[in-house]
Amino acid sequence: MKLYEVFIRSRRGLDHKHTGSLHAENPQQALEYARDIYTRRSEGISIWVVNSSDIVASQESDCESFYDPHDDKPYRHAAHYQLPDEVNNM
Amino acid sequence: MSEEVKSEQEVLFQKRIDAEEKIEPKDWMPEKYRQTLIRQMSQHAHSEVIGMQPEGNWLTRAPTLHRKCILLAKVQDEGGHGLYLYSAAETLGISRDELVKALHDGVAKYASIFNYPALTWADIGAIGWLVDGAAIVNQISLQRTSYGPYARSMVRICKEESFHQRQGYQIMVTLSQGSHEQKAMAQDALDRFWWPSLMMFGPHDAESAHSAQSMKWKIKRQSNDQLRQKFIDQSVKQADVIGLKIPDPALKWNADRGHYDIGAIDWSEFARVIKGDGPCNRQRLQHHNRVHAEGAWVRDAVAAYEAKHKQRSTRAA
Repeated sequence: MKLYEVFIRSRRGLDHKHTGSLHAENPQQALEYARDIYTRRSEGISIWVVNSSDIVASQESDCESFYDPHDDKPYRHAAHYQLPDEVNNM
Repeated sequence: MSEEVKSEQEVLFQKRIDAEEKIEPKDWMPEKYRQTLIRQMSQHAHSEVIGMQPEGNWLTRAPTLHRKCILLAKVQDEGGHGLYLYSAAETLGISRDELVKALHDGVAKYASIFNYPALTWADIGAIGWLVDGAAIVNQISLQRTSYGPYARSMVRICKEESFHQRQGYQIMVTLSQGSHEQKAMAQDALDRFWWPSLMMFGPHDAESAHSAQSMKWKIKRQSNDQLRQKFIDQSVKQADVIGLKIPDPALKWNADRGHYDIGAIDWSEFARVIKGDGPCNRQRLQHHNRVHAEGAWVRDAVAAYEAKHKQRSTRAA
């Protein structure tokens, strides 16, 4: 059987969030299994299932080269800018 | 409208909205709700992308390397925000190609403020402080819009935008502490960008064509005039702190209302710029058209690369 990843939207307005995985023969079955396995206590109102093999993931071990050089750009953050106290809540 | 019998689906839809529940892509929605969102979200996306032009104009002329890095980071953010919004709009069943074509054909609009040129370095300050400031007031309100993907992209955008207004204001702080010429340059930028910034919130509530239905569907959460007032009230103090003068002789604190009153907005200018006769309308669209056409080889190369990879993997198998 194929491995599926399960994403659940717990409440309207929120993103689907990865919850776990399961085995199933086809997507429809995976959806029903996901309901049975991951939402027995009304954890969600919408489920996505995705073939695990369809997920393309970056590797944590590649972090340095993949994300570099983000850490040397402090000016992307609001706190980098010193403003007069009276208007600092901008 | 009142004579029209609402379908059961439509009643349920409105109930959901009234209960502050979000609408998600696969939910049933009235066709007009879908169309209104496509119009508003694509206009918002186009604004982010066209907005890169006046600022991009100063990338090679930023006064220091540090300022250049900041401006690059900001322009890069705007491009990213355009992408979030295009993608969110595409969940409504329209394609990126259709959205871009509507822009090129002049069917879709973008914020009219970007039809004004950035003439001096102080304009980069004024754009960050006032134009982004006005956009943030609007976008904070839109974090509570009823369409889930739009609301969520607003949350991400607001978080990323927090530095945009501050970097602009800081440019104004620096100039206003500088020489006479620099201070005059800051004042001149405020003079030119103040009124167009107020127009960003759109016509007065009484004249706003789409407002009532959008408020009922909670696509809009606060009216044009409410948002504009919020922006005016916060900006007056910000100008005062750095010794700049808001170019409005009628500007006055109204103790009864607890807000500032302003003079009359020149709506004929607003109409003129929206219709295509602002200082830079033709230039903005021409530039977008040209760059889009010139970028065709990149899209072709991506497709060719993918085709070649597929060919190789089938041969290997």
